[in-house]
Amino acid sequence: MIIKILGTGCAKCKSLEANARQAVSEMGITAEVVKVQEMQDIMAFGVMRTPALVVDEKVVVYGKVPSVEEIKGFLK
Amino acid sequence: MFIFEWLNNQLLKMEWLYVLVQKLVEGVFGLSIQDRLGGSIHFFIYDVIKIFILLSFLIFSVSYIQSFFPPERTRKILGRFNGISANILGALLGTITPFCSCSSIPLFIGFTSAGLPIGVSFSFLISSPLVDLASVLLLASIFNWRIAIAYVIVGLVLAVIGGTLISKLKMEKYVEAFVYSNKVMDLEPEELTVRDRLQFGKEQVLDIIHKVWLYVLIGVGIGAAIHNYIPEEMISAVLGQDKWYSVILATFVGVPMYADIFGTLPIAEALVGKGVGLGTALSFMMAVTALSLPSMIMLKKVVKTKLLATFFVIVTAGILIIGYTFNAFGHIFL
Repeated sequence: MIIKILGTGCAKCKSLEANARQAVSEMGITAEVVKVQEMQDIMAFGVMRTPALVVDEKVVVYGKVPSVEEIKGFLK
Repeated sequence: MFIFEWLNNQLLKMEWLYVLVQKLVEGVFGLSIQDRLGGSIHFFIYDVIKIFILLSFLIFSVSYIQSFFPPERTRKILGRFNGISANILGALLGTITPFCSCSSIPLFIGFTSAGLPIGVSFSFLISSPLVDLASVLLLASIFNWRIAIAYVIVGLVLAVIGGTLISKLKMEKYVEAFVYSNKVMDLEPEELTVRDRLQFGKEQVLDIIHKVWLYVLIGVGIGAAIHNYIPEEMISAVLGQDKWYSVILATFVGVPMYADIFGTLPIAEALVGKGVGLGTALSFMMAVTALSLPSMIMLKKVVKTKLLATFFVIVTAGILIIGYTFNAFGHIFL
């Protein structure tokens, strides 16, 4: 599973990344967490508000930081 | 009328706070607010507390309204209009979307790649940092309602004319190709409950205060220094009403600076207090908020130099015209 964190490096993007990593380790799954920081690459997902969470090339959340529990729901 | 005036003075201008801080400065510090040091300390404490109270309240209310207009929805609404009405709507929607130009650029890309004319996206991009609901109420608090409303109107007119000019100049080809090649995802806006919206408002308050507090402190600090330490003759020699170049100077000093409107208001307030023309102070504010080095660098990644330069020239010219107009007719407003 590939999890992408879209965001240009704002504070919210960092907390999204932290939450995603925590969700992955709590669930004990193997997933790669990738940061996407170039605006051009972020926009390619059609997202207008960062941070956004992409699971296997599908945008699941944008414009807010979901909690660890919410992220777990997306990773199932 | 009397009740309205009382509410305006107490809630918006916070006269109770003025008196309270005066008591603090005079009673606890033993300084007169007529003195330099006492006056500066009073200006600083009063303005900082006032701006933070108003800011928290305003961001909360504005965010609540904003939660009804996420960019995905704004884009859909804009797509239904053509011509100048689309520009006007773009400018109006710009007033209820993000507070800083850094977050409006992804919106610019999102709008353009969805097929909105670039002129409409630019109307949005100009009005978004320049005029927002929170800044209007702050202007009304620091100056008065007439100035606040006049500011909104000229800001919107600038956004509409700027966007329309860019449409007329047919500059679509100066947008980087990747913007058009983006797929447009029609992400369905999620349904929000009242609780979600309140939560969003709370998050926005914390987020924005966290982002702007330093600018506000610096802005009020500069304001306090201008207020009491810089001699009036010195300021009027450079920025006085009778100096024809004052607006130009204020605009070009403001352009490279990056701060948001909440940090620049106290500086404008102190300048006007020192006899600087209202137009000169507004030009400075508009230049700082609408144009800045960081937002230019971001925009450069999306549009070619020619379009960037056109955008810069149109907005700068607009700010200069607004400045001179307000200086000529400013006495009506004060």
